Amino acid sequence: MIKGRGRVAFDGEDIAGRPSEWIVRRGVAHVPEGRGTFAPLTVDENLRLGAYVRKNVKDVKADLAGAYERFPALAERKTQPAGSLSGGEQQMLAVARALMLRPRLLLLDEPSLGLAPRVTGEVFEVLRTISAEEGTTLLVVEQNANLVLRFADHAHVLETGRLVLSGNAEKMRADPSVQRSYLGR
Amino acid sequence: MSAVIQNVIDGIAVGSIYAALALALVLIFRSTGIVNFAQGEMAMVSTFLAWGLATSGVPLALALLITLAVSFVAGMVIERVLMRPVEGGETLTLVIVTLGLFIFLNSLAGWIWGFGTRAMPSAFPDSAVQVAGVRVSLESVGITAVVLGTVGLLFLLFQRTKIGLAMRAAAVNPESSRLVGVSVGRMLMLGWGLAAVLGALAGVLVAPQLFLDVNLMGGVLIYSFAAAALGGFDSPLGAVVGGWIIGVTENLAGTYVDFIGSDLKILVPLTIILAVLLVRPSGLFGSAEVARA
Repeated sequence: MIKGRGRVAFDGEDIAGRPSEWIVRRGVAHVPEGRGTFAPLTVDENLRLGAYVRKNVKDVKADLAGAYERFPALAERKTQPAGSLSGGEQQMLAVARALMLRPRLLLLDEPSLGLAPRVTGEVFEVLRTISAEEGTTLLVVEQNANLVLRFADHAHVLETGRLVLSGNAEKMRADPSVQRSYLGR
Repeated sequence: MSAVIQNVIDGIAVGSIYAALALALVLIFRSTGIVNFAQGEMAMVSTFLAWGLATSGVPLALALLITLAVSFVAGMVIERVLMRPVEGGETLTLVIVTLGLFIFLNSLAGWIWGFGTRAMPSAFPDSAVQVAGVRVSLESVGITAVVLGTVGLLFLLFQRTKIGLAMRAAAVNPESSRLVGVSVGRMLMLGWGLAAVLGALAGVLVAPQLFLDVNLMGGVLIYSFAAAALGGFDSPLGAVVGGWIIGVTENLAGTYVDFIGSDLKILVPLTIILAVLLVRPSGLFGSAEVARA
């Protein structure tokens, strides 16, 4: 193990080393790399699990209906096992499940992994609407710099664990040196 | 003909007992990926507790309820104290811990209650009813009904409640379960508690038909292994159906196949285990691959 330094704080609270449940309860949802859906469980069960720590049954029910409205493809597959969905649908399910928490912060790890470019575009469109409509803060880790810089407000570039660039995404996209090094132009 | 039907009904009753213990095995296998070899001995200790309470004057029904409750707590404690430290380790390590628990509980019971045999009172009246010319013992009907009722309750728990959903989630994908806020450790504890209750149920149901001693569950465990293997080790439905098939086959073979009789009955489950492993290793209802990532 590499020893880490510094701290991880959310909303002023130190969250490093806390159990995942504890962090989830503070409103941090996480869509892991590889989506992390519950393959044998149905789409509906996956979504309900997303709201596991929420107590208000009525609100959760309303949000469930809202999720099906936002993702009609999931509504059609409500009772199917999540594992039977296509890659894009599973990524949508993973995002929808994370939103069921009504998170204050939504973490996404490599959402484009293994998806066709068109589907990736759809996923990012959905993320943009979420951020605009719900005011949810998104933290996206993504290798596809071209794509992610078009959607992000702020960007940080990490190279082998070191922060090398940080700033406004729009400006970064226009920066010739960034274009040469990361955008392949 | 009526004798055959009688045999089948008794087979279903004893098969229900195997099903209860097989369900306990399946419950733990699904969430931890191991077979709990101590499941039978846990059930044996529970049965001794019920016997001890009943013989010291506690009404049988109350004694059974107390036993089930104590078993639930004891199962959770065993998970928390013995299994948790090795959870996520090598499968072999976990299995060895359950084997150690097996030996420990067996000796503990011998130390407390001795190695002699006792008579366990039955919760059901010792009489029979005549249905369409077939004599059906109330004990058989009662056992089957109790196990079916329990299976029904378990089904409701797992399919209709939030905690049941969380338990299934923790079993299929512990990592993602944590990410939605499920405490996987707590779900494992609950699973062990429920498994201990199922085992205790099997113990108090089977003991009146046999003699209660420290090796009470040895044979039953083998039949339940066979039931779980036949049904598929990750399928609760398979455990129940497997239990019935084993129970009925055992009874019919013991009665109608001359050379088996009552002495070689134990060959029946062993043969079935072997046949399943050769022909269909995933069992009747199991998913083809049950390896855990």
